[in-house]
Amino acid sequence: MAEGGGGRDSGGDKARDEFFSEAQELVDGLGRDLLALDKALKHGRTDAELVNDVFRGVHTLKGLSALFGVTRMAGLSHELEDVLDDLRLGRLELTAGLLDLLFRAVGLYSRVLSAEKGDGEEPSSEIEELLAALGQTSQRPTGGAGGAVAQYDLDPALFGVLTEYEEHRLRSNIQQGMSLFRIKVRFALATIDSALDELKASARPHGEIITYLPTGSGADVDTIELEILMAGRGTAEVLRGAITGPNVVIEEVRRRAAATSALPAAARASGAPAVTPAPEAPASTVASGHMPAEPPPGVVATPPARGSGEARVPDATSSGDAMAVAAPAHPTRGGTAARGAAGDMSLRSVSQTVRVDIRKLDLLMTIVGELAIVKTGITRLSERARSRAADPSKLAMELQRLNRDFDRHLAQMQGGILEVRMVPLGQVFDKLARVVRQISRELGKEVNLVVTGAETEIDKLIVEELSDPLMHMIRNAIDHAIEIRADRLRVGKPPIGTIALNAFQKGNHVVIEVEDDGAGMDPRVIAAAAVRRAIITAEEAADLSPREIFALVFMPGFTTRDVATDMSGRGVGLDVVKTNIAKLGGVVDIASEVGIGTKITITLPITLAIINVLLVEIAGRLFAVPLASVDEAILLDGSQVRAVDSREVLTVRGASLPICRLDRLFGLPSTRRAREYVVIAQVATRRLGFVVDEIVGQRDIVIKALGPSLKGVRGFVGATELGDQRVALVLDVAALVEEVLSPGEARFLPWQPAARRA
Amino acid sequence: MRSVLVVEDSVSVRAFVRAVLEAPEFAATHGAVTVVEASCGFDAMRLLPRGPYDLIVTDINMADINGLELIRFIRKSAHHHTTPLLIISSLRGEQDVDRGIALGANAYLAKPFTPEQLRQTCERLLVAGKPALREPAPGEPGRGS
Repeated sequence: MAEGGGGRDSGGDKARDEFFSEAQELVDGLGRDLLALDKALKHGRTDAELVNDVFRGVHTLKGLSALFGVTRMAGLSHELEDVLDDLRLGRLELTAGLLDLLFRAVGLYSRVLSAEKGDGEEPSSEIEELLAALGQTSQRPTGGAGGAVAQYDLDPALFGVLTEYEEHRLRSNIQQGMSLFRIKVRFALATIDSALDELKASARPHGEIITYLPTGSGADVDTIELEILMAGRGTAEVLRGAITGPNVVIEEVRRRAAATSALPAAARASGAPAVTPAPEAPASTVASGHMPAEPPPGVVATPPARGSGEARVPDATSSGDAMAVAAPAHPTRGGTAARGAAGDMSLRSVSQTVRVDIRKLDLLMTIVGELAIVKTGITRLSERARSRAADPSKLAMELQRLNRDFDRHLAQMQGGILEVRMVPLGQVFDKLARVVRQISRELGKEVNLVVTGAETEIDKLIVEELSDPLMHMIRNAIDHAIEIRADRLRVGKPPIGTIALNAFQKGNHVVIEVEDDGAGMDPRVIAAAAVRRAIITAEEAADLSPREIFALVFMPGFTTRDVATDMSGRGVGLDVVKTNIAKLGGVVDIASEVGIGTKITITLPITLAIINVLLVEIAGRLFAVPLASVDEAILLDGSQVRAVDSREVLTVRGASLPICRLDRLFGLPSTRRAREYVVIAQVATRRLGFVVDEIVGQRDIVIKALGPSLKGVRGFVGATELGDQRVALVLDVAALVEEVLSPGEARFLPWQPAARRA
Repeated sequence: MRSVLVVEDSVSVRAFVRAVLEAPEFAATHGAVTVVEASCGFDAMRLLPRGPYDLIVTDINMADINGLELIRFIRKSAHHHTTPLLIISSLRGEQDVDRGIALGANAYLAKPFTPEQLRQTCERLLVAGKPALREPAPGEPGRGS
């Protein structure tokens, strides 16, 4: 009973953790589904299945949040559910304006979850606003054409097991003149999931599956017989060609001869909204040969049909009301919608959970098994070592072999566990797509987001920390870089702006590019702004290369604008973005061309958990340099060192390399030695040599945080225990390179204060 | 040891039910309970033959096989037609719940429910179901707590 032991009246701590991770997953899923709906809507389509998914998601959220006492969320879900129920049951039409409201809800959900975790305040007033807006869209149930179903030869008991939604889908399909089919199929229970997915995939192009009924017949417990009710426009023959298999029987549900005239009348009377998008080609081969006046098949736009089984007079006002909602709610700048965006400040998920492919776990299990074998070997060996007859050299040999095996399996284990921590970047990209849609609508700019490499995997922790910086960069791009339509046309650019989000793996790093085809940056303008804000002096500005100048936009206090807009420039600058990326061991680079666009490149390590380091000694102390950023280590040739602009520069194979004496940087007693080494580090395209006393060797280490009291110390990502009671600080190479090579000041000499604290 | 099958697509609702029914308070009055979780109708059908269960708790709105179809299946089956059956579903689906009761579910609890409500309802169903359910299936060792 240990698991349930925490079960006080809150429902248990473990259950609460599950709540956060499930709720977050549902909210993320909602965001994805809404984007897909948005995309379909732009092509004049509505996907009934997606609408139902959104409904189910909100429905589940409502249940969860009420269960776990998150009342704000439950209240919001309740109202949303009403609207979505109307949508999925065809009483309300999906419009861009309505989608806006739904997107806002997704943002608010995330914030309520964060607030519930004690991170930020609950967006109460925004929720109230949204609730009010949603309240205006709800429809009262209207009557539908109930008689249409009666003409089919369906088992009356069937209606006893259809949910309200399924019943609605059945009616809706019948009203569109679809034929009904009964598909009998038998599956092995063990493999039903994949078999069913296959069946769904082959059925999909031919229509909609209404429900799956287990027939309950069939003697053995390992198989299951299903009767699938499907609506489609083809014939049974066509379906038989599409859905094949040894245990599949397909037949059409016959219509009873008498009642045919009821159908078109009912369909017409219920009045499809006139604004519905152009219908696709109507079904031409309805089996009965009977052609009703086709309402447009865009599913949510189908006539309002209430699945109550009774024929009520359709409410003529229903579609009119739906259209009132459909009136494009073009939000004004600075209005409520803009606040919604500014309020949606964080995309970070509250979930600490990683969903793991079972195969990855199986692999780990196998490795654990291998390790157990090694352990048995060691036990056997130690027993033998105790007996006098043991031959020491033989023992040693066997021990060596065991050691090798152990090493190998341990390395596999490490790799396996790292794999488990990996999640695709798509998780954060999906959320960014939402941000792009929202911001571009608010600013009245048209932007396409093009994503590549969403499947690139990176450590879960990094993904979490990445969402806010990326969101900020994208906001910046839309607000500052992408021009309005008229301006774009004037300079001969496509009217719709593009932001490309590219991700790919490069060695032990993941590179993420945020690229826009906007106005680009003029180095002169940037330099002038930096001088105006006293970030650099005019003299310094004159010496900087364009690339160094672009780097200035990441300096604290930098802005080219004197007035901040709603979107960006409200105190959170790109410097925060850079700091956050640097905390992850990453670097940010920026390139831009006036009139062409801007590309920001983020280079990140794949994982933060276990890293391979080079141990070095400085003034008798050990330090670890992450090997991922080490190019090479060479003996320092003093004759090749020159001073350039108060920096030391070493010539290596003809090229100059700035170097940095770590003992001086860290304020350690300088011990001049005959032999010194240079560890050449490379971060993105920048190289720097660290002068150290000794190279100790390579190690795999686990980085431990420095703890709150040393949090402010820059230059170190953490510390590590070396297993022999010694501790080494792990250098933050990206920060050091930045610190030493940053434009404007030669800061590496007077860095004493921070170093002393270290 | 009593066992309860919980069919529900939400992992946290399952965890909630588990926490309540496996808590020591519940065990104190009713003997220990093991909760068996099924995340969908097919899962439930896979788990049903591994019964008997003293109670089946099911949601209605689930993908593929919905709760109503599952209830019908359970009531038609040889081994579970008398097992107490509790629907947990939201207030919205009144029609769905009516259908569930018509198909033979014994009780209905609207989401959200408090741990106390769940505890009481399950207690009632477990007590009511007791006499009919204590005959072990053929070949099965006598169970009981």
